Amino acid sequence: MSSPNGSPHDYEDLPALLTLMTGDEKHDASATSTLDAIWVLYDRILRVAPDRLDDPDRDRFLLSKGHGPMAYYAVLAAKGFLAVDDLRGFGGFDSPLGYHPDRTLVPGVEISSGSLGHGMGLAVGTALGLRMTGRARCAVVVLVGDAELEEGSNAEAIQVAGRRNLGNLTAVVIDNASASAGWPGGIAARFAVEGWSTHDADGHDHDALERAFAAAPGDRPHVVVAHVESKES
Amino acid sequence: MSAQATTAADPATPTENQRERFSRLLPRLLAEDDRLAAVLAEIGVNYLAEAPPPIADRIVNVGIREQLLIGVAGGLALAGMRPIVHTFPSFLIERPWEQVKLDLGHQDVGAVLVSAGASYDWPKGGETHFGHRDVALLDTLAGWTVHVPGHPDEAEALLRAALPGDDRIYLRLASDGNARPLGGADGRLRVLRRGSRATVIAVGPLADRTLAATAGLDVTVLYAATVRPFDAETLRATLDTPDVVIIEPYLRGTSSAVVAEALRGVRHRVLGLGVGRDELRRYGTPAEHDAVHGIDEAGLRRAVTAFVTELD
Repeated sequence: MSSPNGSPHDYEDLPALLTLMTGDEKHDASATSTLDAIWVLYDRILRVAPDRLDDPDRDRFLLSKGHGPMAYYAVLAAKGFLAVDDLRGFGGFDSPLGYHPDRTLVPGVEISSGSLGHGMGLAVGTALGLRMTGRARCAVVVLVGDAELEEGSNAEAIQVAGRRNLGNLTAVVIDNASASAGWPGGIAARFAVEGWSTHDADGHDHDALERAFAAAPGDRPHVVVAHVESKES
Repeated sequence: MSAQATTAADPATPTENQRERFSRLLPRLLAEDDRLAAVLAEIGVNYLAEAPPPIADRIVNVGIREQLLIGVAGGLALAGMRPIVHTFPSFLIERPWEQVKLDLGHQDVGAVLVSAGASYDWPKGGETHFGHRDVALLDTLAGWTVHVPGHPDEAEALLRAALPGDDRIYLRLASDGNARPLGGADGRLRVLRRGSRATVIAVGPLADRTLAATAGLDVTVLYAATVRPFDAETLRATLDTPDVVIIEPYLRGTSSAVVAEALRGVRHRVLGLGVGRDELRRYGTPAEHDAVHGIDEAGLRRAVTAFVTELD
């Protein structure tokens, strides 16, 4: 498992890394719905690296949807933030890797999450703080699920991010159509009405995801709605 | 510390209360330290209305969105800022409770939460604006320092001391208080009077009243402007008869457990006085509420006397 670009592992290695956690060769949708979006972010977009964990000028990736973090851990291991061996202990008492991530235990994890609806507010605060410290060019990318968006705390954050033109903030919504009441008019419209730029993309198409992230206008917040297969399919 | 607080251009007035001191101080503190950010949810926005642009950039009014109030504070702290977060206790601690727990504590970041309004500084606002549960709620979390100043000078000293760190601080401001600062900005209990039959601990704004209520009683009176961490050392060092009354301007009994912990290994009695749990559905004045909860001067005297003589 090696890659030509110097990172320890490549995309093709991720299923094997997931297997170290799940013990299963096959991975259900809850483990893989975020896999491609997170991979594209770490492989092509984010200016982060294992040797600059505390660099104040790094980009920040905030996994708000803390459920099903195996994909996140697999990407972090593939990119050298985590030792591959750590994956084997997933969920164990002495493991740094819980079923919800803890930023104090896992190198490179920016927020501890698990309770839904906290990442967006933390991301708005981080984006504001980076602006205040002269680091507005550092990107803050927060990943939420379409069901997670049901938490009202997201609405508070989406409105304020839009009104304050937080151009250093990007949200990724993994849309697997699991929101209980749905999002009539589509998820992107909820952000657009608050002044965000929006981009829908196939959540498994790496080039489409890369284009969607790169489309961030910089003068207002940006959302990428990454469509993946529904939970039930 | 009062010398720092006053200038010729902007003098303290004798009638200035803790909240007014905070509102006057906040723009100055932001100007002095560019690591500080103020996070508000409409309440208190007028404190900073005239802030010049370099300061205004570090003021975040999230509107009436208290979950975001704390979420933004957590994010600011993650980005290296020191957030000062301000609103009523009920909207600072209770409404965004899970954000206080997770966006600060679980992220292992800090903030300075400054409430004003205390338990019922505005009783005409009724139950929705009562804040007496705040300290008890924070007691369920680790790592919080809780200050309950009794005078604007103490409030200022405690606030200034809180700013350089990265820890989690709750500063509980009240409209009413003691005539003079009683010190206590060092986190230690202060001995106000010595006696032998019991120890009475007065928290923050209730010190003057406690001294009046215990006049002529043979009791030690201690003063606390900081209740977490609790200064067990001074309590033990000054203890005579191990009977302790703790008088708090918020939920009755909030600190009974920490007093019991401080006296571990000593057979003792503890009485907690403060604001009761029952919902009164009354408005009126703070004095009327104090009387109902038994923390007016007469009520305190009755309760302390009965406790001291209970086993005679």
